[in-house]
Amino acid sequence: MTSEQIGTLFGLMLQYAVPTMKIFAYTLIFSIPLGMLVAQLKMCRFKPVSWLTNLYILIMRGTPLLLQLIVAQYSVPNIVKSDICPGFLRDLLGGIDIRSESYTFNMMLIAFVLNYAAYFAEIFRGGIESIPKGQYEAASALGFGRLQTFFRIVLPQVIKRVTPACSNEIITLVKDTSLASAIPYMEIMYIAKKQVPTYASLLPLFMAGLFYFAFAMVLTLLFNIIEKKLNYYK
Amino acid sequence: MLEVSKLKKSYDKLDVLKGVDLTVGKGEVVAVIGPSGSGKSTLLRCINQLERADSGTITVFGEDLMHTDQRGRAVFADAKKLHSIRLRMGLVFQNFNLFPHMTVLRNITEAQVCVLKRNRKDAKENAMRLLEKMGLETKASAYPCELSGGQQQRVSIARALALDPEILFFDEPTSALDPELTGEILNVIRNLAAVGMTMVIVTHEMSFAHDVADKVVFMEGGDIVDQGTPDHLFGEDASERVQQFLQRFNR
Repeated sequence: MTSEQIGTLFGLMLQYAVPTMKIFAYTLIFSIPLGMLVAQLKMCRFKPVSWLTNLYILIMRGTPLLLQLIVAQYSVPNIVKSDICPGFLRDLLGGIDIRSESYTFNMMLIAFVLNYAAYFAEIFRGGIESIPKGQYEAASALGFGRLQTFFRIVLPQVIKRVTPACSNEIITLVKDTSLASAIPYMEIMYIAKKQVPTYASLLPLFMAGLFYFAFAMVLTLLFNIIEKKLNYYK
Repeated sequence: MLEVSKLKKSYDKLDVLKGVDLTVGKGEVVAVIGPSGSGKSTLLRCINQLERADSGTITVFGEDLMHTDQRGRAVFADAKKLHSIRLRMGLVFQNFNLFPHMTVLRNITEAQVCVLKRNRKDAKENAMRLLEKMGLETKASAYPCELSGGQQQRVSIARALALDPEILFFDEPTSALDPELTGEILNVIRNLAAVGMTMVIVTHEMSFAHDVADKVVFMEGGDIVDQGTPDHLFGEDASERVQQFLQRFNR
């Protein structure tokens, strides 16, 4: 390969790194708050809510993300086609152009977000439940309301406790974005695989690997700093 | 100031309080003693709304916190009233329960600002004044984990006092401390008694209860077995069970 070819390839890879980062960022932005909500729902004292939430978490964690991504793509046409689909839903979904790029991206994002929210929910629930009862009692004796207690006393302590587990999950997400290539969605993994026969070389895959590695490395360093910052108390 | 009558509380089939009567007057210091599991803490927790009693009456500051209707069901005051009552009471825990992610100063100002809506500057001045009283003015920017147990407990007392409670409850305030650190906490409580603070103290420190309390209450098995002045309770005309308990304690 000439250095010119390598340069072109590198530029191409860089171009497709953008959609990868887009999946990564959107998934985090939506799945972290949703995970917090799901954690609250799972701890809900009204049992049916807790059971349903648990079922959702079981399915999300018990089936492959790849399968969820593919099911999400096929979901809309199959719902519209089914006999039990209520009319209003058919009208609503029927208007969606399932060949459009935005459909592919949105359905993929829904699958990523629902999957990661389930994992985050379990991390958050563990964090919330690990806060000693005495903290709630002290807050209550001092007259803090429920929301004040959660946001001012519980949540800051939960954030510190869940950061290591979350960093693990977030670094896994970097690499899980590559599953999008199977949909197919054109991100770095997709383009790397496609370029292998063109160049008759493993270099595209190597470059993709290097990209994931660098991305994960940056996050690792970032979380090291965050964890140090959160170490202001024991 | 505080009147509790026929207070009952049970967990499943275990009766923790079997009809407790207790009266605390303004400026009075009441010590509650007795063996573990006698319901002392539960009594305090019911009065401080950390638990809900099953039946009985609690009246504080002339306000009805709870009573029992004719059918024997507990009726509690509405949420607003419960909140206003709660703000006039302070509670100090055995395990301090300081907020670990806040500095000492923030621990003391947070409720003043968020609950009482005081402005931050006043709250801070108030907190510094209390810290000075506790001999901890140099620790304002420290985190609880950097303090000894005795210092943490003094901060938690300051935190409770910052809301200007009219009555202060202590749930075994020295039980989680090394024996050599209990003295500093007992001194703080002594000073509060000297300035006329109304207090109810659950404690295992018998000589302290004898010295500081106006009234000592002995609880066992969910009942008040005997109560009276320290001289009565620690003297020879106390009930036999009390004498037996104290004897074992002194040995």
